[in-house]
Amino acid sequence: MSRTDSASTASIAVSASPTLSRAALEAPPPRRRLAWHARIARDRALLLMAAPGMLLLLLFQYLPLAGNIIAFQNYLPFLPLGQSPWVGLENFTVIVNGDPAFLNALRNTLVLTLVQVVLVFPAPIALALLMNSMLSERLKRAVQSVLYLPHFLSWVIVVAIFQQVLGGSGMLNSFLRSQGAETLSIIGNPDLFVALLTSQVMWKDTGWATILFLAALSQIDTSLYEAAKVDGASRMRQVWHVTLPGIRAVVILLLILRLGDSLTVGFEQIILQQGGVGLAASEVLDTYVYNNGIVGGQWGVAAAVGLVKGLVGVALVVGANKIAHLLGENGVYRS
Amino acid sequence: MTTSTGRAQRGSRHLPIDAPPLSMRALKAIVLIVLCAAVILPFVGIISTSLADRAQVTASGGFVLLPTNVSLDSYRTIFAGGVVSRALMVSLGVTIVGTAVSLAVSTLFAYALSRQGSFGQKPMLMLLLLSLLFSPGLIPSYLVVKELGLLDSYWALILPTALSAFNVIVLRAFFMGIPAELIDSARIDGAGHLMVFARIVLPLSKAVLAVIGLFYAVGYWNSFFNALIYLNDTAKWPLQLVLRTYVVNNTEIAATDLGSGSENLPPQASIQMAILVVTIVPILIVYPFLQRHFAKGVLTGAVKG
Repeated sequence: MSRTDSASTASIAVSASPTLSRAALEAPPPRRRLAWHARIARDRALLLMAAPGMLLLLLFQYLPLAGNIIAFQNYLPFLPLGQSPWVGLENFTVIVNGDPAFLNALRNTLVLTLVQVVLVFPAPIALALLMNSMLSERLKRAVQSVLYLPHFLSWVIVVAIFQQVLGGSGMLNSFLRSQGAETLSIIGNPDLFVALLTSQVMWKDTGWATILFLAALSQIDTSLYEAAKVDGASRMRQVWHVTLPGIRAVVILLLILRLGDSLTVGFEQIILQQGGVGLAASEVLDTYVYNNGIVGGQWGVAAAVGLVKGLVGVALVVGANKIAHLLGENGVYRS
Repeated sequence: MTTSTGRAQRGSRHLPIDAPPLSMRALKAIVLIVLCAAVILPFVGIISTSLADRAQVTASGGFVLLPTNVSLDSYRTIFAGGVVSRALMVSLGVTIVGTAVSLAVSTLFAYALSRQGSFGQKPMLMLLLLSLLFSPGLIPSYLVVKELGLLDSYWALILPTALSAFNVIVLRAFFMGIPAELIDSARIDGAGHLMVFARIVLPLSKAVLAVIGLFYAVGYWNSFFNALIYLNDTAKWPLQLVLRTYVVNNTEIAATDLGSGSENLPPQASIQMAILVVTIVPILIVYPFLQRHFAKGVLTGAVKG
């Protein structure tokens, strides 16, 4: 009874005076929030559709995260997960006390990261600038088709190809032998291992990595170049003042991602080639975890090293992202 | 006259920088030719060696750039029913089943995540995005697979990598771009979510499904490490592991391994290169399809993800 009354007065008020109508509008909103069980019932079908994906996500991403507790245990494979005796921080002593094998792996990892950030990271930028300046659109496509291809080959294939080209009885040495020249020992040579790994990474992914830079280059407003030309800028100055600022955001984004991965260097690539080279030159953090854990059975120590590596990795991404924000860039994410 | 102005206009549209001097262009051409040759030449050498006959392989010391007498013996040998044939079947099976599982799970998940405001949609999306920030760690991942009883099972090659968060995000972005009116009107007509998904969303997403499917397939075909740690039974090895054993590690291939009746095998180098070719060819077959779409796919993910 009273409801109808107020409603009718409101409708009259609307026609009578605008101030009253605002009061009517400010009445509690009619939108009712459904109780959670009602929402589940309503979205039942969607939840079922999400279930397999969520299950895989929880099983293979989040459950292993919880499984890191074995870093604080003396893991015994025959006991159920979580039943092994606790040992506190004992597994972390290899890191804290600087076990020589661990330090060697850390040093190799950092050397490879440094070399790859300096040599591998800028290569696709240079290649993208080169491709972008090509006159013929069709020729550019053809070059792209060829240079993108190695990205889709597995590391096993890439390593096999490098062995066939640079190995003892490979293409290069067959040629040198036929010319009566001395052969070169490249594959399996510890001194050249960093160079070999770096050239493999470049062969495989430089072409592919140009995609994002080429996309950024195509977004640059061509009138900027015309303006620069009117101002008398040379070609080099146009690149410096127009092209490079135009791809700055993408460069910073990818650099953040690379720095976040500082402790991760070519795991599969290195595992495949460790045999001939020896651990001193080839062990990195990921292979240390693999060799000590899955091969050597020191589960707790390997998990501890893996856990610290993962935590440092997350900290590096978050830190690099923060620095990007301070520099006025978007970075990988904004919170 | 008209052609020259036409070219000038085209030039200014596609090429923001003035045409460089001839020496500069020659240098660029040389650099690009060298780079393309560095990719193409190894393939030529590998295919040639796999096709060369014994006399030529012996004469060249193991590597042939152009075969004089083409011989298919090495292919006949590896397809005779031995370890390579079996590994090929394993790889094909894992790739086909894995891609089907991945596509089904990812598209369903992406559709559910694209319906904003539904129960649990936000937290589930957060969990998915968060998983991009960390990798779960090798040892705990191995232990989970072990505890699930998947060691020495083909499912260990499929389930741990079945869901790529990145692909789900790309699919979700694509599904969200489908006009809401289409979906809403079907919902008003009484279609359930599964019906909308199967009858409206999937048919409109054929291109993106093809790309994502190919990415998953290439991933399964190329994966080697999961097989290395999860399969102790060498009879279950996929092609990539066989390639590692006989080509990368240069293990001698015996006639018994290949199931070949004759002891007189083609030269090792030819057999090795034939295995390598068999591993590469499927990638080369799908590559043109991938290439047509991937730039688009990568960019959707990068922009909207």
